[in-house]
Amino acid sequence: MNFKRYGVLAVILGIVLLLSVYTVDQREKGLLLRLGEIQNANIGPGLHFKIPLINNVLLFDARILTLDAQPESFLTSEKKNVTVDFFVKWRILDTAQYYRSTRGQERNAMARLAQIIKDRLRNEFGKRTIQQAVSGERGEIMEILQDSANTVARDLGIEVVDVRISRIDLPDKVSASVYERMRSERERVAREFRARGMESAERIRATADRERTVILANAYRDSELIRGEGDAKSAEIYADAYNANPEFYSFTRSLNAYTSTFNDASDMLVLEPDSDFFRYFNSLSGGTPAP
Amino acid sequence: MPWNEPGGGKDPWSQKPTNQQGPPDLDELLRKLTDRFGGLFGGKSGGSGGSGSSGGSAGKGMSIGALLIGAVVLVVWLASGIYIVEPGEAGVELRFGAFHSTTGPGPHWHIPYPVETVEIVNVTEIRSAQHNATMLTQDENIVDVELAAQYLVNQPEDYVFQVRLPDATLRQVMESALREVVGKSKMDYILAEGRADIAQRTMMIMQQTLDNYHTGLQVTTVNMQQAQPPEQVQDAFNDAIKAREDEVRYRNQAEAYANGIIPQARGEAARVGQEADAYRDRVVAQSEGRAARFTKLLTEYTKAPQVTRERLYLDAIESVMADTSKVMVDVKGGNNLLYLPLDRLMSAGAMGSAVGGAPRAGDPAQGAVSGGSNRPGRTTLREGR
Repeated sequence: MNFKRYGVLAVILGIVLLLSVYTVDQREKGLLLRLGEIQNANIGPGLHFKIPLINNVLLFDARILTLDAQPESFLTSEKKNVTVDFFVKWRILDTAQYYRSTRGQERNAMARLAQIIKDRLRNEFGKRTIQQAVSGERGEIMEILQDSANTVARDLGIEVVDVRISRIDLPDKVSASVYERMRSERERVAREFRARGMESAERIRATADRERTVILANAYRDSELIRGEGDAKSAEIYADAYNANPEFYSFTRSLNAYTSTFNDASDMLVLEPDSDFFRYFNSLSGGTPAP
Repeated sequence: MPWNEPGGGKDPWSQKPTNQQGPPDLDELLRKLTDRFGGLFGGKSGGSGGSGSSGGSAGKGMSIGALLIGAVVLVVWLASGIYIVEPGEAGVELRFGAFHSTTGPGPHWHIPYPVETVEIVNVTEIRSAQHNATMLTQDENIVDVELAAQYLVNQPEDYVFQVRLPDATLRQVMESALREVVGKSKMDYILAEGRADIAQRTMMIMQQTLDNYHTGLQVTTVNMQQAQPPEQVQDAFNDAIKAREDEVRYRNQAEAYANGIIPQARGEAARVGQEADAYRDRVVAQSEGRAARFTKLLTEYTKAPQVTRERLYLDAIESVMADTSKVMVDVKGGNNLLYLPLDRLMSAGAMGSAVGGAPRAGDPAQGAVSGGSNRPGRTTLREGR
């Protein structure tokens, strides 16, 4: 039957057609092989044809890929160990070269890249102190790494987009001594703060004490002056009054002194009756009057 | 055309795919499929008698069944090309793997698999990444820093095509940039005023690097969540902060002391001054009073000196004699050894016992003394021979 024969033919045609088309994704690059030989190394995204059984297509990732290496320790110029972690951003550029050198295995490419970068890192760290590596010349080291990576990159058919050092750490043992140093530094700072506080406190106290002493001394001086004034004034007044009759003054003053000094029953007077007071004590006439 | 379809005008797939973009292999595939299905169906319908066929011919039944199946498959296949892009998303259409177009929000249709595929990327969602680690500073100290970044996809095509694992790449770049910036800064700066600056510089390096990779990512904010000394030295740092407070505290305490004693001293000084004033005023007043008294007395004295003198004298001596204990020794010369039991006398005098009785009425001194000398209870001891 005509109809059936057409059908079979169509099926066979379809299968052949299916086998002879292939697509390359936007994210990929295709490599067309003819019996193991490279026929077209640069096949872009889209629909493409091949000859079934004779042509073979290999697809490679065209995106930027990451090599995230295991952290490794390196010696710096002051013979300190540092642990360095880095990553490499790379991309397959020349699929033919890439295929030849790595058999299309990312693992192989990355192993070679890691090797060359680690060698270079060892070299660069050996020339630098930790401080230089950590802060000053970090960018420089990364550039050197990228340059040296790019020298092998051509052999591998790849492009190294970027090499970045993500981590430079001290090993645990060194970290402990860093902590110790940080601690002692803080202690120094703390002590300084406290000492400064005590210094200014003492200064303030001393100033205050001085001020108090001065205030009191000045007050004392002024007060003595005022007392002196009072004494002088009163002496003047006394002198003015008593000068009118000094003899009478000493008489009254003595009498006052007697009364004020002997005024208690416990004061014992042992007397002989021969003073003026006792003039009449043993004699009725009293004899002669007192001088 | 392998066969003639009865409803050729109605059939959508005979025209549409070929007209729109016409991949010949698709046609073949479909035909092959329908062919197989048609063969199967035809065998079956022949056995059962063909329920849907009116004429009863095997060939016609098979072709109608195949047509129906084909139509359903076709409709389902075509419908699988419908997709909806939500607001804030972008659809990236690929035709045979190659980038074709980017579609915005709304309903869309793409030629179904395997011709076209679509990948939908959220371009407004704020994604975030965080990094927390201890790292070396420029002055070889170690700090514990936590950084958080917010970012979004601003180039969906780049995001999809350029980098494998773009989000992981961002995290790697963030770690590297943060460590680079921290490595170039001093610890005190990082812990105190440098936080915002470090976040800013980290963000700049991140964005530059991400642009360099064409990740299609835009970093919107970078925040330093925390920056602190590592746990191992935390207490020493806290103590240093406390020490700073202590410094201020010591000074405040001293100032409090100063503020306490100086006004007090001033008060004391005022008191001393007042006391001196009081003293001056007192002695002046006293002297004035005494002087005035003396002057008055002197005036009277000059009028009658003899009598006044005598009276004053006797008054005073009487007052002395009245108030004190006395022993009269009325012995002239002779025996100097006179026994006086003074201690007994004094204690007796202190007790104030009335022994001697009233003084003699005939005391000639009494009249002369004005001050009232007759005090009962006063002991008058007389020891004589």
